[in-house]
Amino acid sequence: MRVAGKGLNAGGREVRFRFDGAEVVGREGDTVAAALLANDIRLVGRSFKYHRPRGIVTAGSEEPNALVRVGAGIGAGVGALPNVRATVQEVFDGLEVESQNRWPSLARDFLAVNDLAAPFLSAGFYYKTFMWPRRFWEGLYEPLIRRAAGLGALSGAADDEHNEKAFAFCDLLVIGAGPAGLMAALTAARAGADVILADEGAQMGGRLLAETLEVGGGAGHAWAAGVLAELSALPNVRLMTRTTVTGAYDHGSYGALERVALHLPPGGAAPRECFWRIQAGAAVLAAGALERGIAFADNDRPGIMMASAVRAYLNRWGVAPGRAVTVLGNNDDAHRTALDLAAAGVTVAGLIDTRPEGALGPIGAVSGAFPVFTSGRVVATGGRLGLETVSVEHAGGSRVIRSDCLAVSGGWNPTVHLTCHMNGRPEWREDIAAFVPRPGAVPGLIAAGAANGVFSTHGCLAEGRRAAREALAALGRTAPEVDLPEAEDAPCRVAPLWVMPGKGRKWLDFQNDVTVKDVEQAAAENFRSVEHMKRYTTQGMAPDQGKNSNVAALAVLADATGREIAQTGVTTFRPPYSPVSIAAMGAGGRGMGFAPHRLTTSHGAALERGAPMIEAGLWYRASYFPRPGEATWREACDREVAMVRGAVGVCDVSTLGKIDVQGPDAGEFLDFVYANTMSTLPVGKVRYGLMLREDGHVMDDGTCARLGERQFVVTTTTAAAGLVMRHLEVVAQVLRPGMDVQIASVTEQWAQFSVAGPKARDLVNAMLDEGVSDATMPYMGCGAISLAGVAGRLFRISFSGEHAYEIAVPARYGAALWRLLVAQAEALGGGAYGMEALNVLRIEKGFITHAEIDGRATAFDIGMARMVSAKKDCIGKAASLRPGLMEEERPQLVGLRPVDPGAEIGAGAHLFARGADAVRVNAQGHVTSAGYSPTLSSWLGLGFLARGRARHGEVVRLVDHLRGRDVLCEVCDPVFFDPEGGRLRG
Amino acid sequence: MVRLVATDPFDGALPARVGGVELTASPVEGAVLIAPHRGAEAKVGAILQKSRGLPFPGPGETARAGAARILWAGPDRALLIGADLPEGVTEHAAVTDQGDGIAALTIAGPRVEAVLARLVPIDLRPTAFPQGRTARTLVGHMTASVTRTGEEAFEIMVMRSMAGSLLADLREAAERVDARP
Repeated sequence: MRVAGKGLNAGGREVRFRFDGAEVVGREGDTVAAALLANDIRLVGRSFKYHRPRGIVTAGSEEPNALVRVGAGIGAGVGALPNVRATVQEVFDGLEVESQNRWPSLARDFLAVNDLAAPFLSAGFYYKTFMWPRRFWEGLYEPLIRRAAGLGALSGAADDEHNEKAFAFCDLLVIGAGPAGLMAALTAARAGADVILADEGAQMGGRLLAETLEVGGGAGHAWAAGVLAELSALPNVRLMTRTTVTGAYDHGSYGALERVALHLPPGGAAPRECFWRIQAGAAVLAAGALERGIAFADNDRPGIMMASAVRAYLNRWGVAPGRAVTVLGNNDDAHRTALDLAAAGVTVAGLIDTRPEGALGPIGAVSGAFPVFTSGRVVATGGRLGLETVSVEHAGGSRVIRSDCLAVSGGWNPTVHLTCHMNGRPEWREDIAAFVPRPGAVPGLIAAGAANGVFSTHGCLAEGRRAAREALAALGRTAPEVDLPEAEDAPCRVAPLWVMPGKGRKWLDFQNDVTVKDVEQAAAENFRSVEHMKRYTTQGMAPDQGKNSNVAALAVLADATGREIAQTGVTTFRPPYSPVSIAAMGAGGRGMGFAPHRLTTSHGAALERGAPMIEAGLWYRASYFPRPGEATWREACDREVAMVRGAVGVCDVSTLGKIDVQGPDAGEFLDFVYANTMSTLPVGKVRYGLMLREDGHVMDDGTCARLGERQFVVTTTTAAAGLVMRHLEVVAQVLRPGMDVQIASVTEQWAQFSVAGPKARDLVNAMLDEGVSDATMPYMGCGAISLAGVAGRLFRISFSGEHAYEIAVPARYGAALWRLLVAQAEALGGGAYGMEALNVLRIEKGFITHAEIDGRATAFDIGMARMVSAKKDCIGKAASLRPGLMEEERPQLVGLRPVDPGAEIGAGAHLFARGADAVRVNAQGHVTSAGYSPTLSSWLGLGFLARGRARHGEVVRLVDHLRGRDVLCEVCDPVFFDPEGGRLRG
Repeated sequence: MVRLVATDPFDGALPARVGGVELTASPVEGAVLIAPHRGAEAKVGAILQKSRGLPFPGPGETARAGAARILWAGPDRALLIGADLPEGVTEHAAVTDQGDGIAALTIAGPRVEAVLARLVPIDLRPTAFPQGRTARTLVGHMTASVTRTGEEAFEIMVMRSMAGSLLADLREAAERVDARP
């Protein structure tokens, strides 16, 4: 219920949203949890395993129970987010919230039957029960268990919301904007440092927003507001609210998740979340501390909450989570809850302190507004869907208290998580019964305030200033004088108590339904290491990563194994601190944002002609150019092949890698990277070249043109352009640093078009300012040209087996030249051709691509062993001479012609001896490329066959298990068409 | 007689205003990459200084003299833009034409740093990356050259073939930044 006059958002307007279909009226500034509690809704979810009724436990991101599904149009399921913490989600008009893990409704959950079976479902149950029969696991047990257990479900629909990733840089990152964080940020900001202050809350101030404590003689939240006003006016400070720093990584980098628009109605253009990578010169961890519970019988009923959360709901949101609140604590801090409630006029049914009377701090004793039970133990609780009674044994006897809210404090755990992200382990401090960060565990990260085990407000302020000064010193900056405002400085007085006596299940981990007994059983079954206990019981897993339960669970384990807590240690805290949606981490990685699109200069013209595109690496290349009346790609492809063989075709080959190699040692350098010799190439000539990897296998092939005495242009395949460029850089910088050679990629500078066919020269000469002839431009010649006054390059090379040229012009003229070439080709009875025709043309000629040189082939395998020059060394030469790489038994490149020319064959098929069974042990090779040759009116294939070169003329069995083909093929030379190469030179 | 018409890498899409930033094409026609031969950096630098008033830039540096400018473009290489190649340079350096291979634009506006923070992984704060500073880095998934050309202006160069992807990435980033509550 709301408490009149309380809450920092007391003046906020009404906000209407829905919870499980029913309208709920909240207040601007509320979290869903605050609004639900204001409306006396205590039951908000069902537990993971036993489907126990559960309510709100905390007021922060550590919430284990109140996980809900949120979104607009939840019924449709699109865009709804599961497992959202009701304690984090802010309310807005039209927000829809749904409880999870229940059917058909929250109050009547069919699977609550699991709870009755609880005696059989203890820790290790799955491991022991579902062992046999083994094949039942995937098909039966796992789906059943997953259905029964688990958290919220995703909609399955594609996410059409926006998300973002971003980078930020600062001198000092301050994590947490409570008293310590604000003081640290203020100190560093006044020193002129670039400061990022990040806080996971919607409003900065940390516990100052949740307490009635004074700072500097006024309300704590007012002091916070004053500091924030100063900070936000400074140009060197960036305030990041709703931003959780989720991980600490190497060299001062941090991951952070910002909830940008999750507090607003969905569908806007703003990103839902932003995942930040923050690079900080230094960082202050002022993340505060998390209150921990105490295990007692049936301590999971809705209405049983953390004492600090009850204070937060009261003081920040003006909400009393119960009408008669009982407070249970083992420390002085719990007394604040009772005092704040009583001061606000809320009935306090009792304050149960576990300590004997003499051990109580000064605060509780002064009250008198409510009964105080010392040496108190809660032995039972009652209430089916929510707390109704608390049974307590205390110094004066025993008692059943009628109460609908029990505020529990078992002490505070400093939020040490980030300090452990680089394998650091926290240290146990007996005096405050808590783990604190080990200094220097993450280089450059300084813990301060409650995160460092200092809990008083004064202590936190002082710690923040101290940490900022240390950070500034490390950054080489002078710290200014900053006065500390006055604040309370109560000592931390806590008497550790983890488990209370009494019958019934005592819950440790609410999110994973782990009890004290489960942990004890793990110890009894010798899972004594805390890491083993975690995995055996699942304590500390799942979205909350055991923030509420870790320390209590290991305390129970320590007790069960007869060790100290310090010896037992904690499990490893890993990033992220709190859940990060994959959508945020992968933001931008869909549609156009998945990878850059590389478009050729002829792209637009190709699209105009209806050419479908095929992806080649990042490039988009025209597959074929359909003409009216052509129903299939094959018709277009056959026509384009015939066009090239009969007239002239034009193809955009700009995507092939072009690498400029210059320098006095360029020839020698190329001799080292190519298997064959390039230094002897005359100026104005082109040579085919083969590059090997260090291991002797073929890396890439292509041409090398000598443009000048000290200048070569290497071409690579489209696929290997980046690879070869990198390889050449490595050779130049690392393997042959003494050579004077400069390498530059010029792939993008030149638009390059292949002009191929018997009429190729006619077409080229129609374009050039000065025509060429066999004498001026023989086969494998190259040189500078002028085309409409534009300086270009001409190479007489062919990948089709026809008389062919490649014309290169600066890319800005590519689009224009393409249109001219295609128009002229059409006038000559030819036209544009695409990748499909290019592939058929090269298969007819037995030219290889990366389908053949797939990383496993050697020069020997492809029949080019003699290209590895005997006169010089080259990369991969020594390895290529190993006996294993030169054996006749190896699969060798062959041509394959179906005995029935109309029998279709495809790449990926396996080769067997005729008559042999088509089973793996009999496989003798495989098909790498195949296509229909309109020139030879037959299907043709290239492939690798054991001893293939010696088997020309033999008939083998080609079996394509995937496509259900079984075809007899004749083995032949890979060059099917014009083996003498007369057409090339013609 | 044929005639060739030049097209720009952005295919007429610039200038454009997206989400509060201005995008304008940055002409780099005729740009050449100069990579001095071994030990010839000083000689190349001297020629450039004498004939164009430009130094050979060190890592991350740029210089400008009138319409001519020079950008560091990687270890021992620089991009000369807006000036003819001075005589004598080719004797001491490998020179390649690059102006057509580059799609270059200027992005400017009060929130330009915020927009680039979505795509560029390096520190672009004025203290770390003042005016005139250049870097070879990433814009989204693209390798790029990023140069600060003003208090609220940067020049970005990517491969020409990726011009469309650059625009798409900048548009997406700018619109998200602009739409923030």
